[in-house]
Amino acid sequence: MSKADDLRRLMRTEGAAVAENTRAFNEGRYRSVADLENYEELKDEARAIKEDAIARLPELVDQLREAVEANGGTVYVADDAADANEYVRSVVADRGAERAVKSKSMTTEELDLNDALEADGVDVVETDLGEWVLQLAEEAPSHIVAPAIHKSREAIAELFEARFDPEEPLETAEDLTYFAREKLGEQITDAEVGITGANFLTADTGTMALVTSEGNARKTVAATDTQITVAGVEKVIPTVEDLRPFIELIGRSGTGQDITSYVSLLTPPVDTPVVDFGDETTPLSEFDADRAFHLVLVDNGRLEMREDDQLRETLYCIRCSACSNSCANFQSVGGHAFGGETYSGGIATGWEAGIEGLDTAAEFNDLCTGCTRCVNACPVKIDIPWINAVVRDRVNRGEDSELDWLVDGLTPDEEEGGAPLQKRFFGNFETVAKLGSLTAPVSSRLADTEASRWLMEKALGIDPRRDLPEFERETLVKWFEKRGGEAASERRAAGGRAARESGARNRNSERRVVLYPDLYTNHVQVERGKAAVRALESLGVNVVVPSVASSGRAPFSQGMVATAADHAERVTETLAPYVEDGRDVVVVEPSDHAMFAREYERLVDAEGFASLSERSYEVLEYVYGLLENGADPDSLSAGGGEKIAYHSHCQQRTLGLETYTVAVLERLGYDVVTSEVECCGMAGSFGYKSDYYELSMDVGDRLRDQLEADGVRDRRVVASGTSCLEQIDSLVARKPQHPVELLVE
Amino acid sequence: MSAATLSRFESALNELDATVSYVDGDGFRDHLEGVVQPHAVGVALEETFDDPALSLTETSVEVDPAPATLRTAKTGVTGASLGIADYGSLVLTVTDRASELVSLFVERHVVVVRAEDVEADMESAVDAFGAEFRETGGSAVIATGPSSTADMGALVKGAHGPREVHVVVLTEGESAEGE
Repeated sequence: MSKADDLRRLMRTEGAAVAENTRAFNEGRYRSVADLENYEELKDEARAIKEDAIARLPELVDQLREAVEANGGTVYVADDAADANEYVRSVVADRGAERAVKSKSMTTEELDLNDALEADGVDVVETDLGEWVLQLAEEAPSHIVAPAIHKSREAIAELFEARFDPEEPLETAEDLTYFAREKLGEQITDAEVGITGANFLTADTGTMALVTSEGNARKTVAATDTQITVAGVEKVIPTVEDLRPFIELIGRSGTGQDITSYVSLLTPPVDTPVVDFGDETTPLSEFDADRAFHLVLVDNGRLEMREDDQLRETLYCIRCSACSNSCANFQSVGGHAFGGETYSGGIATGWEAGIEGLDTAAEFNDLCTGCTRCVNACPVKIDIPWINAVVRDRVNRGEDSELDWLVDGLTPDEEEGGAPLQKRFFGNFETVAKLGSLTAPVSSRLADTEASRWLMEKALGIDPRRDLPEFERETLVKWFEKRGGEAASERRAAGGRAARESGARNRNSERRVVLYPDLYTNHVQVERGKAAVRALESLGVNVVVPSVASSGRAPFSQGMVATAADHAERVTETLAPYVEDGRDVVVVEPSDHAMFAREYERLVDAEGFASLSERSYEVLEYVYGLLENGADPDSLSAGGGEKIAYHSHCQQRTLGLETYTVAVLERLGYDVVTSEVECCGMAGSFGYKSDYYELSMDVGDRLRDQLEADGVRDRRVVASGTSCLEQIDSLVARKPQHPVELLVE
Repeated sequence: MSAATLSRFESALNELDATVSYVDGDGFRDHLEGVVQPHAVGVALEETFDDPALSLTETSVEVDPAPATLRTAKTGVTGASLGIADYGSLVLTVTDRASELVSLFVERHVVVVRAEDVEADMESAVDAFGAEFRETGGSAVIATGPSSTADMGALVKGAHGPREVHVVVLTEGESAEGE
């Protein structure tokens, strides 16, 4: 089956349940973190603790070992899955246990521990209700926190009916929960061994933190006489006090609960008496607390990840699931598509690359579009899109394409190992666009012939259901030159200034900018570029539009990091003299502005990044600043109370810039409603690819629903991003515009 | 602990569908009878609080029951060493008196906490038990509301642990307000 078929099947069978649950978690997260006054400080604190812990990991493991042994427990550091399973099997065999009950643990999923124990004849029972459902259904988790998130209540009811044939029909979620509680209760009190994971381990005391809500982890420990805790070696943090930011962040970030029902802080072996639950006479406290404790710390690739400058950050992950829930693609397909052997969601690329290898990561890594909506959601501030870009780059370099000659003329890239053809095509879109403008309108007509659409689909995987961009023969740069360049701009800006010099306290009189001609504004949506120039001039700003390389966003998205870095260096070099000359950099396309403001940090030297990022503004953000500093809004077209709908751009929202566009439009007299989806689904080239077209439209459907809702469907639509505009154009009948066009209508 | 802290604690608990009542030491036993449902079992509170007035003897609560009795009991009464006002959380101890079993294997958990032990926020609570853990090697459970699950297609209260939580806040002298 093709990738598109797989995705289609998952969207049909699991999509509805996944979408409902992940979106509820995501909305809960927004609500819950909004209540936290010091949310940003807590994230910084959590990040710092993890950075420090991973840096000092060997020392902390030694300290933890001492603490656990002093408490009477045992620590075993397992090199890999086989080693860990071997150790657990020996502990279970030595105990002579017939049954092991387990609380939820992704690490034991990673090890396939259940299979290893079951091969020895041990009855392994998952006690987390979601895990139990999956054990009965013989399915794999689709979400790292809520493993059965893909199963509806109806599906679980059918499963229980088929499996247990209960006397009373099970219908409601309560029926199902109480039924499961009864079934599992008997098995827990009857088990000898309790296996748990751990969310955190504190080196100072040998305390483990378990973040749960059902109470099954508490029972798993309290009701058995042998506790085995299996945890990745990266779970160690220095002290008990270090738990605090994580306790406050983990539930909020994941399922949107301020705190889960139980945060167990156990320093095993615990003092709870080991009782015989059938005993009718002996008081509880008269039973001994005769308990064994084994802590299995799993390496399985983690210590190598620690040495890897790009993957190391993955080890800071606290498995909260925020990156899954905030991901538009994940909301549509879930972890069975967007996941590897064990882990799912954006951060899974790092985990699977480090633990299983690049091949596993390669299977789902393209589902990360780099939209960055997970970046602010991550409680330990991992740059998850960067990890995805790096792994994609490594995957690209690991394989050669036989059809490279097809795009060779189009691809002056820096990719030694050779990215796949489709990625090289989209990654070198600058060359395509330049050729497109040179030969327009012939290029557009040619591109639309059946023969070329066929070739594009077969060779490049471009979906025939998408409209291709139409290139303008006159680029923005050429238009600006023809109308007189800077001299003409200065005349117009001076006119704008003089018109209201009299009464205004305008502090912008000497503002000068370089308008960055991003690829789309320069070659395709040239009108919005012209609108930006005119709007800035009306506000008294002197503009130049020089010829500058494309930002590198396109190759970066395809995982062609070296090519992106080459673009970034050229852009930084070209713009530097303008910045030194006192010009601000104004960018129309939010994804290119985000390159300057965010991604360039990793692609150019620190100085180049600092001076460019500090002086770069998204165009409406800049207009907002001008108005705040006294520029006259009457120089711009008035909204007159018109009702409009605005869809911001994902990367623009991550940088906190949506608010400026809304503020400017409202100041001009528009009545603005905003969309509340994480992404439009197009995400640059993603929605053009045949494999992902339907997924992209499924994500888009959620935006369509909002744009077609009561009170919205009659509004004009504006959107900031090029690909958002393309997507909206295919979603609704109304023709969307860039907000800057409204300023000079 | 200020009046504002206690009031925050109570509203956080109410949001969790947990109920709260206040009583001073003298009225404790009578008050307790009103909030437990039979059959009730418990862990001796005087050991947690070092106060004979808080003894469960001469109440309907069966202290230190046999395991089979615990399995069929409706209510479990235990003490909490701390409360956390911001979250409505209770810090339950895990001791050789089996408080972990009594607070977990019942349908209704009645938790007794002294007003003076209600900390304002998570930071002060963690600081309090961090120092203690290093000294004693102890364990604790930060319990917030009833056990719950969303794994069966909707949020359900009462998964493996209690379905109901009632918190008795012990005030000194005059009680804040009745139930």
